[in-house]
Amino acid sequence: MSDANPDKIPVTVLTGYLGAGKTTLLNRILSEPHGKKYAVIVNEFGEIGIDNDLVVGADEEVFEMNNGCICCTVRGDLIRIIDGLMRRKGKFDAIIVETTGLADPAPVAQTFFVDENVGKKAKLDAVVTVADAKWLRDRLRDAPEAKNQIAFADVILLNKTDLVSDAELREVEARIRGINPYATLHRTQRAQIPLEAVLGRNAFDLERILEIEPAFLEADDHGHDHDHHHDHGHAHSHGGLKHYHDEDMQSISMKTDTPLDPDKFFPFIQNLVQVEGPNILRCKGILSLKDDPKRFVFQGVHMMLDGDHQREWKQDEERTSRVVFIGRNLPEEKIRKGFESCVA
Amino acid sequence: MTDTQAQIPSVVDRTRLVAAGGPVVATHFLRQTAAFALGEEALLLVAPDGAESRVAVHEGGVLAVASDSARILTGGDDGKVVVTNAKGHSETLATDARHRWIDRVALGPDGVIAWSAGKQAFVRTAKGEIKSLDLPSSVGGLAFAPKGVRLAVAHYGGVSLWFPNAQAAPEMLAWKGSHLDALFSPDGRFLVTSMQESTLHGWRLVDAKDMRMSGYSGKVRSMVFTPGGKWLATSGSEQLILWPFATKDGPMGKQPRMVAAYDKRAVAVACHPKQEIVAAGFEDGLVMLCRIDDGAEILAKGPGKGAVSALAWSADGAKLAFGTEAGEAGIVDLA
Repeated sequence: MSDANPDKIPVTVLTGYLGAGKTTLLNRILSEPHGKKYAVIVNEFGEIGIDNDLVVGADEEVFEMNNGCICCTVRGDLIRIIDGLMRRKGKFDAIIVETTGLADPAPVAQTFFVDENVGKKAKLDAVVTVADAKWLRDRLRDAPEAKNQIAFADVILLNKTDLVSDAELREVEARIRGINPYATLHRTQRAQIPLEAVLGRNAFDLERILEIEPAFLEADDHGHDHDHHHDHGHAHSHGGLKHYHDEDMQSISMKTDTPLDPDKFFPFIQNLVQVEGPNILRCKGILSLKDDPKRFVFQGVHMMLDGDHQREWKQDEERTSRVVFIGRNLPEEKIRKGFESCVA
Repeated sequence: MTDTQAQIPSVVDRTRLVAAGGPVVATHFLRQTAAFALGEEALLLVAPDGAESRVAVHEGGVLAVASDSARILTGGDDGKVVVTNAKGHSETLATDARHRWIDRVALGPDGVIAWSAGKQAFVRTAKGEIKSLDLPSSVGGLAFAPKGVRLAVAHYGGVSLWFPNAQAAPEMLAWKGSHLDALFSPDGRFLVTSMQESTLHGWRLVDAKDMRMSGYSGKVRSMVFTPGGKWLATSGSEQLILWPFATKDGPMGKQPRMVAAYDKRAVAVACHPKQEIVAAGFEDGLVMLCRIDDGAEILAKGPGKGAVSALAWSADGAKLAFGTEAGEAGIVDLA
């Protein structure tokens, strides 16, 4: 999955809780005059208002793999459909997979790691989550699926921002950042967004792992229409510095300037995902290994890991290793100690 | 072993190349006419005198192909099931009411056909009567038993054995995991499925005893019995894997025979109709013929641009047709 084979068809996974605006976004992607053609794998067949002979209905079948990996599930229907779509390679530029509102994005992502035929012909581009600015906070409380979708995302569209006040918006953004500080967050109304912000992200491409920095809350805040709102009276969130810790979903970020010992780090990470895999939704890392002129990059979904040497470290570049985990009830102390013991 | 071409005899110069113009997904001989199923829309028929004709069969992708050497049956993403003969005459036998993809097709005895769309399997009798069966998951594979109208439907969690003419509920052979293709042994004693986990599963039907055949480096995408049913030839490894089925226990407790070793993975297999010779297609486009007895090899096609996706022998064993994902296609004359 890691090689940047241009022949591989990029696949965008579109998630979001019921009513957040997934279908609106999908219809926009399909109807805008961008000159590209998308094959679309949908679940709620019939909601697409666009005449497209490459819209395929899926059954969202999650299959367990008998490979000794308890959380290893794949989307069986997706394997079949992608194989079928490849018969018509050349007729479309990319594939979009829309999941149901209650779906866990992990089986979709894992399909690209596990199935060699899918992995050979298609590549996961990004997980895009559409969230409802008005209702997301409630869903984060009562729907674990909604929290999974936020935690898993590479790109989050915080949609229907016209239905909430500025303060409410900052509040819900802080909630999102408490779960996933690494996704690119966009505020939208009626899912209005330049499509290049959603498609062609290469979020799973090892070559494209350049920086792993948490986003600041004020980033991407292009609204700034304070004139129309007078709700600053009760805001403790000036400058977007308000910070939440989600009760059960966290991200753990670690870094070190000391090179890592590969003979310590790889057993550590493999053991960690073996034991904690079911709780780790996503992980990513850029590593500076001892006596190694090249950056090593990796990423993972639950127990699946994918890693490779990337480019050489530049002369003026600080050789800092960074790793990040997003997951549920992660044993932070154990993970930090484990990482620290990997220095050479 | 990379210089296989230099070491073994070759019949490459006896090949007539065919311009497929796109990926080939399957090939079959309709008597002496070679039929190449293309990834989209059409069949390409090559008559014994070399005359080529293109027959439009689907509006879109060709997803499933089966043949009984008189007819070729195709299923498309246009929701149609189409049968075509050697003269290029085609007929739509069924159209899915919801225009769902036709994922799998199979040809049975006496003009009976079967197909699947998502979680439903269908059988059309010789009289044109259509019966359907709902499955717990999408259908991975369909196979008719060698005798009688009995259909094996592979799916997640096992195989359902369905007698479409009987009222009784299908018999379920359960085994955890996702079952893809299904195949009966020629004597009807064994049923084998390929699985998502790069293994084969099998059942001895008389007592439903399970058999596991593992050790593959990849998914088994092609498997076929030798004509007498003595061996099951399979792709999925860097050689041909042949499981012994001659005795009443089949491969239980036995090791497979391995021939045609190469440094690329085998992805397509086809058995000679009369002799114990297997054609193996590899992921780099190479095709070799291999005699099971002594492992003797003959090169039929050198490496090319894409994986071998189609292989078939003519009924007399005098011709071998091949096709690749990159659109290479040809007929090797072995007579």
